[in-house]
Amino acid sequence: MDLPLSKNPCNPIQKKNKFEQSAVSIVNAKKILLMAAISLTVNKKQYHIDADPEMPLLWAIRDIIGLKGTKFGCGMAQCGACTVHLDGEAVRSCVTLLGRAEGQEIVTIEGISENTSHPLQKAWIELQVPQCGYCQSGQIMSAAVLLRENPHPTDQDIDEAMMGNLCRCGTYNRIRKAIHRAAEIMNT
Amino acid sequence: MLDRRHFLRLSGLSGLGLVLGLGWKPDGQELIATGSDIATIRLSPYIIIESPGTITIMNPMPDMGQGTFQSVPAMIAEELEVSLEQVKIIQTGGEKEFGGQTAGGSNSIRGHYQKLRTVGAAAREMLILAAAGRWKAAVTDCYASDAVVYHKPTGKSFTYGELAEDAGKLPVPQHPQLKDPKDFKILGKNYPRPDVPLKVSGKAVYGIDVELPGMLYASVAHCPVFNSKLISYDDSDTMRIKGVKKLVRFQRALGAHKYDAVAVVADTYWAAYKGKLALKVKWDYQGNDRFDTEAYEQSLRDMAGKEGQVVHSEGDFETAFHSAPVQLSSFYELPMLSHSPMEPQNCTAQWHGKDQLEIWVSSQGADRVKKDITRNIEIPAENIKVNILFSGGGFGRRLYNDYAVEAASIARELDVPVKMIWSREEDTQLGPFRPPTFSAMKAGLAADGKPLAFQHKVISPSMGSTMEDKNDTSGESSSMTEGISTQAYELPNMKNEYVFSQMHIPLAAWRSVTSSTLAFAHECFIDEMAVKAGKDPMEYRLGTLLTKPSDTKRLLLKLKEVSGWEKPLPAGWGRGVAQYEFFAGLGGYVVEVSSTDRSSVRIEKIFMVIDLGTVVNPDTVALQVEGAATMALTAATKSAIIFKNGQSRQTNFHNYPLVRINEMPEVEVHIIAEGGAKIRGVGEPGLPPFAPALGNAIFAATGKRIRKLPFNLNKV
Repeated sequence: MDLPLSKNPCNPIQKKNKFEQSAVSIVNAKKILLMAAISLTVNKKQYHIDADPEMPLLWAIRDIIGLKGTKFGCGMAQCGACTVHLDGEAVRSCVTLLGRAEGQEIVTIEGISENTSHPLQKAWIELQVPQCGYCQSGQIMSAAVLLRENPHPTDQDIDEAMMGNLCRCGTYNRIRKAIHRAAEIMNT
Repeated sequence: MLDRRHFLRLSGLSGLGLVLGLGWKPDGQELIATGSDIATIRLSPYIIIESPGTITIMNPMPDMGQGTFQSVPAMIAEELEVSLEQVKIIQTGGEKEFGGQTAGGSNSIRGHYQKLRTVGAAAREMLILAAAGRWKAAVTDCYASDAVVYHKPTGKSFTYGELAEDAGKLPVPQHPQLKDPKDFKILGKNYPRPDVPLKVSGKAVYGIDVELPGMLYASVAHCPVFNSKLISYDDSDTMRIKGVKKLVRFQRALGAHKYDAVAVVADTYWAAYKGKLALKVKWDYQGNDRFDTEAYEQSLRDMAGKEGQVVHSEGDFETAFHSAPVQLSSFYELPMLSHSPMEPQNCTAQWHGKDQLEIWVSSQGADRVKKDITRNIEIPAENIKVNILFSGGGFGRRLYNDYAVEAASIARELDVPVKMIWSREEDTQLGPFRPPTFSAMKAGLAADGKPLAFQHKVISPSMGSTMEDKNDTSGESSSMTEGISTQAYELPNMKNEYVFSQMHIPLAAWRSVTSSTLAFAHECFIDEMAVKAGKDPMEYRLGTLLTKPSDTKRLLLKLKEVSGWEKPLPAGWGRGVAQYEFFAGLGGYVVEVSSTDRSSVRIEKIFMVIDLGTVVNPDTVALQVEGAATMALTAATKSAIIFKNGQSRQTNFHNYPLVRINEMPEVEVHIIAEGGAKIRGVGEPGLPPFAPALGNAIFAATGKRIRKLPFNLNKV
């Protein structure tokens, strides 16, 4: 059985593949990849890079700036492994074009705390959340925005905020518990 | 080849002073000291104790999330009497001396429990003997704890580092005394994993994170229609993209298959990927674009009446079935699936000169990486150095190292390291996939419900035949009928068969292998028999099918107890039970569901019992089971790989959805670990019984019997 996507209520996030589309449209227009000087602020540090403004932020963070904690999972904002903060908002860096990120405060998993001391990181360690761990940077970055906006989230609040982050290993139950635990740590 | 300095640099050993190295002879029959010559350090030392006191334990089992990075060395540490904090762990790289280094088949703990504990115990005895020798004391007056040997009467002590050189000169005890499990300090306890702080701070290094000086990136144009031949390609647009350096035409090697492919190599992944999208490739599909899943499934249904290869026969099925007062038969259909680990397939390769290759990769087995490379590229295995990084999931996909052969093939055309990364689309579409299996079930019952005849006939393509591109062999029938003839149920006149169907698409092991599909048919049909017999499904299993004591019976009794099976449920609720025993182990579920309209179903509660015999880290077991339940829920209700016009219509997570956090109920995990010789696996047994327990619960709540996966929980 193959559920039509629009009718599949279990698949709430159905964004278009912007990454693919932008790449394809560039190719169709036969444009040559343009390079431009772009300045980025990542984890409070300034970087001046020469890159294609249409390059997704993800690849600039990983391959040019060299911070590997932000992961590539799908390239179309479906899995959340690449989640970073852009001026305090959780965004999927795999579909955020470099041009859009310029001049904004970017925070990655490496920048959310010194010495792994963020309450979420402490809770994640206490409850031993990760399995393979590949999605966990993105999970924590999404959860950080949730807790900032809502210091006492309910299970339902957590589900709604974390729905965009996939985990193939199945750590969802632990993630839910760890967010509650982090809220506790933050509020004491 | 590894010389001493090279090995020391790679392994981070100081090389100061002398070491006690201890390991197994390559044949696994004899425990040997690697002696006092540091040059012999690479002769299989699982344990390396250096004079300054550093203790290193080699881990042969790659970690893809199952916790083996620590749980495997923990078995050595326990017997060696060192705490996990004192130990440095190094991942092996497929060196011949370590033997099999592949994590698969839920074998990492059960396959090494005895062997690695013996390694640790032998080293402990040698260290104690060395200390006793210096004190001229009786061995019985000495004991070891936290990497120190103590002399009980005087309280004197030596650290392991101080004893290593002497100990290394002693003969190796072949039958060291293993610890009594009641004295365990590590095994059986919930100790925290050292990789967790790395994984919550972005510091854990996965294959995709490797960065080397001068490295280039590759993105590959593959054809999603299998067996297509590349006619030609136009790279004019690709070459205009800034950063694109080179195109490499090569073949993807998977099993016996060679698939044409073109790699675009560039100075960033983005440029390589854009270059790949801009490439215009002409493919000759060789007629394979006519392949549709729908038609293929119909052909499997049409084969159901065919007589298959008999894989198990006991009594006289035909006579017993036809003369049975009650007869029932059902047909179950399970789809193809992609593994879809979160980290897309990737590999970094570098050639040092023409005959030395170095690989950095997320893989389930360093030894298999070497095997897959040497099968396709002319290079001796000892000239390949494999660096195993953390894997962003594996689930069976990373047993097949086609991506490593690809990276090696591409890098051979360049004199710099190349990191090749697949897109999610490639990861979803290119296989190898979980085999689809269809099951024709038959049973004859007596008037009182007692089974008189039973048949499970599997109709499917096979893994080996599709990977190795050959017709079915008798060996395949056993792996494609995994577990169906060896359940503990007392079923007389059982005749199980296998009907082979050709397929050109590569199929392979997917977490819990063929049990991941067959258990659904088997355990739902047992439920159908219970219903036909007018019995409660738990009581039917326990009272009618399992009259003698067995591990399965013990498991079901435990499930009955922890789930409160006999407690009445609210109106509209239903409970389902299922268990499955197969090569990896034994587990079972009770699932509770509710439905207000007999159409949309909500999972209320999941109870799981896993029978292990012995447990190394109970918290990791709970995680593995929670994860297996999540993966099984995805497989039951979310995704299938459906081919249309020769290629998978599913490409990425928007049309190959996985269960999300809002859809995952609580899982309560119970472990049976009563000791004994038998040790069962952890990673896979949580998968097969989940879907049938869910299906059986849905029947109990709604009266609807699900016989085809996946199904929609909102409209059963």
